[in-house]
Amino acid sequence: MNFKLKIWRQTSGQTGGKFVDYQATEIPQEASFLEMLDIVNEGLILRDEEPIAFDSDCREGICGMCSLVINGIPHGKGKAKTTCQLYMRRFEDGETIWVEPFRAVAFPIMKDLTVDRTAFDRIIESGGFISARAGSAPDANSVPIGKHDADLAMEAAACIGCGACVAACPNSSAMLFVAAKVSHLGILPQGQPERERRAISMVRTMDEQGFGNCTNHYECEAVCPAEISSSFIARLNRDYAVSAVKEAATVT
Amino acid sequence: MATSLDSKIPSGPLEQKWEKHRAESKVVSPANKRKFDVIVVGSGLAGASAAATLAELGYGVKCFCFQDSARRAHSIAAQGGINAAKNYQNDGDSVYRLFYDTIKGGDFRSREANVHRLAEVSAQIIDQCAAQGVPFAREYGGLLANRSFGGSLVSRTFYARGQTGQQLLLGAYQALARQIGLGAVKMFPRTEMLDLVLVDGHAKGIVVRDLLTGEISSHAGDAVILATGGYGNVFYLSTNARGCNVSATYRAYKRGAFFANPCYTQIHPTCIPVSGAYQSKLTLMSESLRNDGRVWVPKAKGDNRTPAQISEAERDYYLERKYPSYGNLAPRDIASRSAKEVCDEGRGVGPGGLGVYLDFAQAIERQSEETIRERYGNLFDMYENITGENAYKAPMRIYPAVHYTMGGLWVDYNLMSTIPGLHVLGEANFSDHGANRLGASALMQGLADGYFVIPYTLGNYLATQMGKKTGRDRPEFKAAEDEARNRIRTLLSIKGKRTVASFHQELGHIVWDKCGMARSKGSLEEALQKIPALREEFWTNLTVPGSGEDINQTLEHAGRVADFLEFAELMCLDAVERNESCGGHFRVEYQTEEGEALRNDDDFCHVAAWEYNGAHKPPTRNVEPLVFENIKLAQRSYK
Repeated sequence: MNFKLKIWRQTSGQTGGKFVDYQATEIPQEASFLEMLDIVNEGLILRDEEPIAFDSDCREGICGMCSLVINGIPHGKGKAKTTCQLYMRRFEDGETIWVEPFRAVAFPIMKDLTVDRTAFDRIIESGGFISARAGSAPDANSVPIGKHDADLAMEAAACIGCGACVAACPNSSAMLFVAAKVSHLGILPQGQPERERRAISMVRTMDEQGFGNCTNHYECEAVCPAEISSSFIARLNRDYAVSAVKEAATVT
Repeated sequence: MATSLDSKIPSGPLEQKWEKHRAESKVVSPANKRKFDVIVVGSGLAGASAAATLAELGYGVKCFCFQDSARRAHSIAAQGGINAAKNYQNDGDSVYRLFYDTIKGGDFRSREANVHRLAEVSAQIIDQCAAQGVPFAREYGGLLANRSFGGSLVSRTFYARGQTGQQLLLGAYQALARQIGLGAVKMFPRTEMLDLVLVDGHAKGIVVRDLLTGEISSHAGDAVILATGGYGNVFYLSTNARGCNVSATYRAYKRGAFFANPCYTQIHPTCIPVSGAYQSKLTLMSESLRNDGRVWVPKAKGDNRTPAQISEAERDYYLERKYPSYGNLAPRDIASRSAKEVCDEGRGVGPGGLGVYLDFAQAIERQSEETIRERYGNLFDMYENITGENAYKAPMRIYPAVHYTMGGLWVDYNLMSTIPGLHVLGEANFSDHGANRLGASALMQGLADGYFVIPYTLGNYLATQMGKKTGRDRPEFKAAEDEARNRIRTLLSIKGKRTVASFHQELGHIVWDKCGMARSKGSLEEALQKIPALREEFWTNLTVPGSGEDINQTLEHAGRVADFLEFAELMCLDAVERNESCGGHFRVEYQTEEGEALRNDDDFCHVAAWEYNGAHKPPTRNVEPLVFENIKLAQRSYK
């Protein structure tokens, strides 16, 4: 298969960038999208040109490192998959494909298609955990958790932290990411002691890091490779409201 | 001259060794813990759990990873589960049974004391993870669910859907994030270790490259912990993430840490077959598929009819035929080798004849498509997404792929290498899996090392280091940094005609063909001829565009491949010297009449620990005898 690529090139975070045209030729239809870029890069290297920088690691859809916007859609077309799980057989031979990085104020571009997503780490560091010192845990079966709650917590916990939700949101909001973590831990009995503090502190950090607010576009849910439900955002809003009210009451 | 290796295994009865060792281990006082800085390289299960736990204890910790976030380390991709001797199923499990299964699964090539300790702490790991909020699968009553796994007759595997590694890693990552937020751990993402710094023979620091700016710098600490994973990517194609590499452990080897049993590599039987030269990685299909799928190939050679056209009588269900009691659930090494055998006979299926069928037709007929979809739906979807084929209608094609490496840096019972102060955890060390790892045991070992072993044993070293702090002003740091800078400069200045990927691919072909599922003296000697020649070409004909002063992924890859090109030789050397077959190391000269691995306990019941002697001298093969006081060595049988 052959493709006409329009790829975002940018030398660093300090400079501007632009779309550059490339031809991808003789691409096997079994190749993944990233393997197609590998092939293009091999050609560039042999011509002593700088290859296109992009992030990827596990290439099986779980690490959350790959992060491309393909024809305007984070991770490209198709439901519930990361960029690395997109295969060329889903494209038309001869098609023109636009490739950009995830774009958001809180995810500055570093080079070409790579962005800095450490803002997500800052959010987790501010409260996305259960404080449980190693060695202090009771027997795992001493706290039974109903199957429904355990399954629901698992659905929220499945978030891979890729940031597609932010890239898809017109407000660059990280609400789905924060909601997934707040819900995962807040549903479980082990997460109750820190539940309110967690919600308020993660939301504040989210704001500080430059993410926007949620205005119910649901673009996040549509592109999420882990199919995290936007209903978790409602849960986050409840937890946040309760904690904020209690906090205000404590202050006065 | 061979060095004698002291494994520091405590005396006394097996089941009391760990307790006794903990009681006798040195403890650093809380006030003094604050004075010690510990460097942790790697943020997977072992690294993240160690960094978090050591920070909880009060040590100052610096943690490094090459990914953009600690949460992306490759432990995240483990699917199946984690073993623990909880006996929640009341099916006869015990610490002893887990210990025995692991020793037997490892083909009697691991240390009794280490494996017993692993089985002992396994139960605590589940408690710890549940307390952190890991959403393990549960039954309706709210208690934890278990499933069974290859190589075991009891149900002791805990799991979180098909994403157990992800959930356990997120638990460890969140514990680490908490410590980062508290200021107890300083995290360095997108930072790659290039060298180990020794001061007066002790590991006292590392040289790193900032992958964003290209800046090379060093960090000093009182002890160094490597939790940098395995070397499976020496084969180019494997189930490992693209970035997984041997550089940290290999460079520690070149600084004096012994490398143990590099020839022990695990080939996983159920992966999606290779489809072309462009392919960048192999995808694992969970082993749990073998619970319901039946493995077969046509009886006749070169039979290229579609599976539906091949009648029952014309099919060879070779695992069921050869291993009637374990059948399709035979351990990984056996299932993989059997697949290779039938393909070598010309009975393989799919492109290039490198595949076997995993057939669900009978399971669907017996239990309905709905049941199978419920159980494995995500795997069938994944298969269809990658291959474009519907496995409900026609059998899957699978083939073995490199998955895990049992070899690694040699460590004693304290997890300390032969370099004082250098500790090695998880897949990066060699200690617990012998010649073959059982399913669901890698997660167990990584977390055991990080949460429950190193926090106790590190004190034994640090207690000897009071008042011996060294800083980056020591000339050893500057010298190591300069060496790293020179190497980068050299890689950029070759300006040849071949790409890094083409070298890596060629190296992968050599080791897969000559040192893969089956090896022989002849094939290994051939590899030992070809690898140095390829390495020489690498250093004269490589091309790396760009500079060393910003993100340069080709340059990162080049540095890793340079190390693989040296390491591959050590792996083949180890394989040629081990004149027996055991676990993942199958030498065709050493097999029983029925084609099973034939160990040689008289001559090879030992760990081979390789010592670096300089670039142009052969390494020394040191030996640690394996003493079995509690288990009787037997031929591994799964018939």
